[in-house]
Amino acid sequence: MLDRYEVQEIVGIGGMGAVYRARDKNFKAIRLVAVKEMISQVTDAVVRRNIFQIFEREANILATLRHPTIPRIYDYFTVGERAYLVLEFVNGKNLEQLLSETRTFFPEEQLLSWAIELCDVLEYLHQHKPEPIIFRDIKPSNVMNTLQNHISLVDFGIAKVFESGQKNTMVGTQGYSPPDQYRGEATPRVDIYALGATLHHLLTLRDPQLEPPFSFGERLISSINPNVSKEFAAVVERALEYKPEDRYESAAEMKEALINVARKTGTLLNLSVPTAGTSARGVGVKPLWAFACEDELRGSGTYHDGTLFIGCYDNNLYALDAAKGEFKWKYATDAGIPGKPSVSEGNVYFGSEDKRLHVVSAHSGKVVWTLYTDGPVRSSPRIAEGHVFIGSDDGYLHAANSANGRLAWKVEAGSPIRSTPFISSEYVYFGAEAGDFTCVDFRGDVRWRFKAKRAITSSPVVADGVVYFASMDSTLYALDANSGWVVWRFRLGKGSISTPALAGTLLYTGAADHIIYCIDVRSAKEMWRYTTDHQVTGSPTLHRGAVYCGSVDGNLYCLDATSGRLRWRFQTDGPITGTPVAHEDLVFIGSNDKKVYAFLA
Amino acid sequence: MKSIFQRLFAKKAGKAAPVYGNAATAPLHEDRAWDLIATENSGKFSHLISGSALHPGQRRDNNEDALLCLNAALGGAHAQPFGLYAVADGMGGHRNGELASEMAVRALGSHLMGKLYKSLFGPDPQPAQESLRELMETAVQEAHRAVKKAAPGGGCTLTAALVVGGQMAIAHLGDSRAYAVYRDGRIEALTTDHSLVKRLQEMGQLTEEEAAIHPQKSVLYRALGQGATAQADIFTSSLPSQGFLLICSDGLWGVLSEDDIQRIVNSTSSPFLACHHLVEAANAAGGPDNISVVLVRAVS
Repeated sequence: MLDRYEVQEIVGIGGMGAVYRARDKNFKAIRLVAVKEMISQVTDAVVRRNIFQIFEREANILATLRHPTIPRIYDYFTVGERAYLVLEFVNGKNLEQLLSETRTFFPEEQLLSWAIELCDVLEYLHQHKPEPIIFRDIKPSNVMNTLQNHISLVDFGIAKVFESGQKNTMVGTQGYSPPDQYRGEATPRVDIYALGATLHHLLTLRDPQLEPPFSFGERLISSINPNVSKEFAAVVERALEYKPEDRYESAAEMKEALINVARKTGTLLNLSVPTAGTSARGVGVKPLWAFACEDELRGSGTYHDGTLFIGCYDNNLYALDAAKGEFKWKYATDAGIPGKPSVSEGNVYFGSEDKRLHVVSAHSGKVVWTLYTDGPVRSSPRIAEGHVFIGSDDGYLHAANSANGRLAWKVEAGSPIRSTPFISSEYVYFGAEAGDFTCVDFRGDVRWRFKAKRAITSSPVVADGVVYFASMDSTLYALDANSGWVVWRFRLGKGSISTPALAGTLLYTGAADHIIYCIDVRSAKEMWRYTTDHQVTGSPTLHRGAVYCGSVDGNLYCLDATSGRLRWRFQTDGPITGTPVAHEDLVFIGSNDKKVYAFLA
Repeated sequence: MKSIFQRLFAKKAGKAAPVYGNAATAPLHEDRAWDLIATENSGKFSHLISGSALHPGQRRDNNEDALLCLNAALGGAHAQPFGLYAVADGMGGHRNGELASEMAVRALGSHLMGKLYKSLFGPDPQPAQESLRELMETAVQEAHRAVKKAAPGGGCTLTAALVVGGQMAIAHLGDSRAYAVYRDGRIEALTTDHSLVKRLQEMGQLTEEEAAIHPQKSVLYRALGQGATAQADIFTSSLPSQGFLLICSDGLWGVLSEDDIQRIVNSTSSPFLACHHLVEAANAAGGPDNISVVLVRAVS
């Protein structure tokens, strides 16, 4: 196998083997697969053959299936004592993991949309030709929630091609399996019961495996989770009827009942499942204007008094009329401009990879002064108390008099500083590429330091005595701004260089795992996530109840700030790595397609 | 209702001698306290002042409440305000209730002090490796295990605050409460009771008046020592600026209105005196249950 598939990570270990995430090297493009390995340590030949047969049956069943919620099978082979199944990689968490993580009830609309998808896939399986397939083991650990918030059914190990009239051996999982399954029956109503049990668990957070068998009737959903609508509870409870003939006759019938619930309670309107309708939205969004530069725009713009200032890799800082997108002036440096300009007292401050901090007149673009550092300047300037603070790849934070550029002091960080300093209550906060995070006072004396495991390129934000920043070590940190003590850590799927944005008690950030996160700063819990098609290296901007954020997939996304639902998106022709800037009715973004865009907010 | 209560309060308060429970903090001199409070604006706190009081009340002869009130004021360049405060209210029968709350507070304190010992008292004080939130999470599970072991079948509420610098992590289970009490007269509950009645009230099934006299007032749906793992609410927040953090058992909030609590807290600058005035007032109102109260404020 092992030449073709490059194992990246173990994603699960079971009694008889493991599941790996691997890359299929036969394809140049990155194609991820799940490799399910079964190792037989059983010496008894009969048992062993039986185990291999189950594995092979899973392969054969999967090979005949094609449904969006069932992982595709790519390959099946054995090597000595080991058998392998190569499947489509489903990125996400199974519902058992979600259950163990949650401390609050899942929203009804979420469960309703999962339930409808699960009925849909059961309907597909039960109508399979030539013979229906009974899954026989629906339970939270066999249902994946994908990053796109869809459902995927995994582990067809004991799924059984239905042979009517035939009694089979009992398989399944105590707590989720109906009484008839214990009698060896495998009918569609077995799956309907197990789906009911799974939904009951999700709605009430009570694990049926810890309760007496078939005792759902004593744990009415309404008595445990009163937020659930009567209609939804009634559907689930009918699926859980003790006698098979009292349950829904088919998954199709149950799906119909669920859709009716969604209609009646109005939740269908709010289903956060991306449907054709949602993704079609945003097609109508057109930029108000677009301005073409001569090279990529990797940094961010700044709005000031009717003008948008933005740096470009054609080495120029551009000043554009913000309303019309017309060229006002440009100022040439000797290298690309990666950061975000600052405007103060009629001057624009910005760093360039030509190792200088440049200060030019906002009105004319004439140079006022420049400050040399010993490395490219990829950090952005902050201005406070008559001083400008900026980091450099030379490993120092520089503080200069903002009027004349005279250096007041510099503090060594030991590695390049690409993070933009933040100033709050007479303290300056910044990160560095070796993972150091430093707090200095206005005299340049170090108050405290903190060390992350990898680079801190993300720029800090301080609010209410807490400093927030992300790191390439896949963590979002909240530190006490006065002492540097860690208040909480939030685990991201991958590293991040995105700068968090804060609105009230909600914190927004992007990461290399393609996700835009929304986190409650009090509970350190994820409120929602939105998955883009590539890394999110730029930062979110909050404006009028919306989150604006670019992605390397080339889109500018506009999401509802409280729910994370997509309002619109606009596809540019290159990756977006900068941060949008919003002012009143307008939102601006630069793209690596060499254009600056303005949209109506 | 309120007028009856106030009459009671007025009458008893007049007669009864001040009740100081068994707490032994020396009161801060009034003038000194005002000096400290007057200079508190920068948001960079240098230390915490606190008071606490614990009283069995008028109708019970045993005390099922337990309380923890620890301040460290360490001077020096790396000094950070540090405090650990907790109130636990035992339940589940005489003996086990007492034992549960005591074990909860001991286990919480012992776990956290163990984890933080080097950071506080070591020769080269460094922030702890774990976050305040993680420290609190593991401390609650330790307390949970300790209660289950020492007092099987028993349980207790737990509302605890770990304060470092200007931040606090609060863990909460059951129906003891944490409040932010501000100098301008506002009082804000920081926790939500895990009681059935409170739940019914949130769902609009009961009014506040009905809830106050409901026969199942003290039935909890979450408590320490009950269930496989402790399902605590844990959150972090900055310390109330211009105000106090108050933690109390239902022996206090069950008999005094939020407005009464707020007025008593703001009537003196000394957290110690305020705590004892609160206990007096709860006893004057009948003192049907054990009363515990902790009051903290940060000063620069």
